[in-house]
Amino acid sequence: MAEMKVGEVIQQPLPQAGNVKKCTPKQEFWRKFKKQKMALAAGFFVVILFLLGIIGPFIAPFGAAEFDYDHILEGPSAAHWAGTDAYGRDIFSRILIGTRLSLFVSLLSVFLGAVGGTVLGLISGYYGKWIDNLIMRFCDILFAFPGILLAIGIIAILGPGLGNVVIAISIFSVPIFARIVRSSTLQVKATVYVEATRSIGAKPRRIIWKHIFPGTLSSIIVNFTMRLGTAILTAASLSFLGLGAQPPSPEWGAMLSGGRDYLNNAPHVTFFPGLAIFLTVLAFNLFGDGLRDALDPKIKD
Amino acid sequence: MLKFFLKRLIGIIPILFFVSIFIFLFVHMIPGDPARLVAGQDASLADVQAVQRELGLDKPLYTQYADFVKNIVQGDFGLSLKTKRPVFDEIAARFMPTFWLTFWSMIWAVLFGLVVGVFSATKRNKWQDYLGMFGAVSGISLPSFWLGLMLIQLFAVNLGWLPTGGMDSWKSYILPSITLGAGVAAVIARFSRSSLMEVMKEDYIRTGRAKGLKENKVVWGHALKNAMIPVVTMTGLQFGFLLGGSIVIETVFSWPGLGRLLIDSVSFRDYPVIQAEMLLFALEFILINLFVDLLYGVLNPQIRYE
Repeated sequence: MAEMKVGEVIQQPLPQAGNVKKCTPKQEFWRKFKKQKMALAAGFFVVILFLLGIIGPFIAPFGAAEFDYDHILEGPSAAHWAGTDAYGRDIFSRILIGTRLSLFVSLLSVFLGAVGGTVLGLISGYYGKWIDNLIMRFCDILFAFPGILLAIGIIAILGPGLGNVVIAISIFSVPIFARIVRSSTLQVKATVYVEATRSIGAKPRRIIWKHIFPGTLSSIIVNFTMRLGTAILTAASLSFLGLGAQPPSPEWGAMLSGGRDYLNNAPHVTFFPGLAIFLTVLAFNLFGDGLRDALDPKIKD
Repeated sequence: MLKFFLKRLIGIIPILFFVSIFIFLFVHMIPGDPARLVAGQDASLADVQAVQRELGLDKPLYTQYADFVKNIVQGDFGLSLKTKRPVFDEIAARFMPTFWLTFWSMIWAVLFGLVVGVFSATKRNKWQDYLGMFGAVSGISLPSFWLGLMLIQLFAVNLGWLPTGGMDSWKSYILPSITLGAGVAAVIARFSRSSLMEVMKEDYIRTGRAKGLKENKVVWGHALKNAMIPVVTMTGLQFGFLLGGSIVIETVFSWPGLGRLLIDSVSFRDYPVIQAEMLLFALEFILINLFVDLLYGVLNPQIRYE
């Protein structure tokens, strides 16, 4: 056996574990995400929902305010897949048309809340000290109210209406995002590459947006998806209570609320809008769960 | 231990302070003059000014705040604009129905959620687990008012087993508490499953198994106790959601509680009642969180020394 030099050992290729391939974070994410069949299906459903949100009004067989007093409170049939309501309007069409409304309200309100919360969370986590204290105490106050109560309080001031529902939901989403972003900011801030950036003299604003913000993005995305479901539920609840969308709007919660008086002889009027809310929220939650599992570095296969 | 308790107790004082300011300012954020609102639409200017004096609205803001706190401490929340009765009496009459509804919802939700969670964790990645967890995510996604209406449809209208609403006998509690607790049960099931799975990886579980303990004893005797600590916190936090949820559920079931009073007050713009209810809900939520925090310290000694 030939004499072996110290250097030779190092030159040998390192043993590769199994068939693990090197991949970018994106590929890694997709590899983990596509394994979760349920989340994948939910993601597909969410895409369809957004498509329906865009084209819903064009493909709906009837108009949202198409009255037909010869066919009121009829059960599901070939002509009216989900039956008709007390004014003879086609419930299936109204649900299709209302998809846009529900998605828009939840997207906008969670987006506003996420932007506000992210900015506050980044500032709070990066600068620390009194400003961190101030922002976190502000969050504590908002957290002292159960979400829907805060929304009702805000609507009590601003008055009922879907626009005010958006404001209310975004306000109570702010502290949720602020807290999450703050804690990931603290983690990212402690990494060596942020330390390095700081030591070459980068300005705080650059460090925050170029180096810390991307690191917090995955937790923001996961929570964004999860909050969308909650936002749809809250908006529908408020409309159901008569504080959000007002009839004759084809908003799902408002439709459901309108069906309450006919529960005895026409339960389908409440059943179908509720089913639409349930399936939509379920899809967002399953999708969010899948995203979380795929983005969380702690969860190994 | 005492130091930990005191620290937490003192910790809620600033929150109470800011929440009280927030709620005090609430009435001032309403567009329009509160005095005109109290005096009524067709009151004369002199009437409005009289109400202003009576409510102390002509005083500087900090004096008003001091009076506000003083009155609250004495249980004086003013008069309801709708019934002209003291707000305190209005709320006191509605407190117990909501309390019992939340209480029973919590009891079944915790028990049921725990059983599903533990069962799912022990049957990890088997069909029972998938079924349990799909049930749980569905529970989180259900619009509670819809669930309530569907339960009324099935059990009250079609089968006639249970009342559609109101609060007459123990039977009246069944549907509202199932509806209210469903979401909480789902959250607890998910949380206890992941918490238990985390604990099952610990060395002392392996030791227990190596000693030849029966699996049931390992799970229920050793693992569950430690897995429960985060679940307790979660359960406490869920109380807040129950309080919020009760607002919707009480409307569905015509429950004579605080939630329905709140909705009625919002439609009537009965601001003194809304203000008092917001304060009460926030106070309950803060106290529950404090209690959970303290309990957490009792269950997990490490927390106390942080």
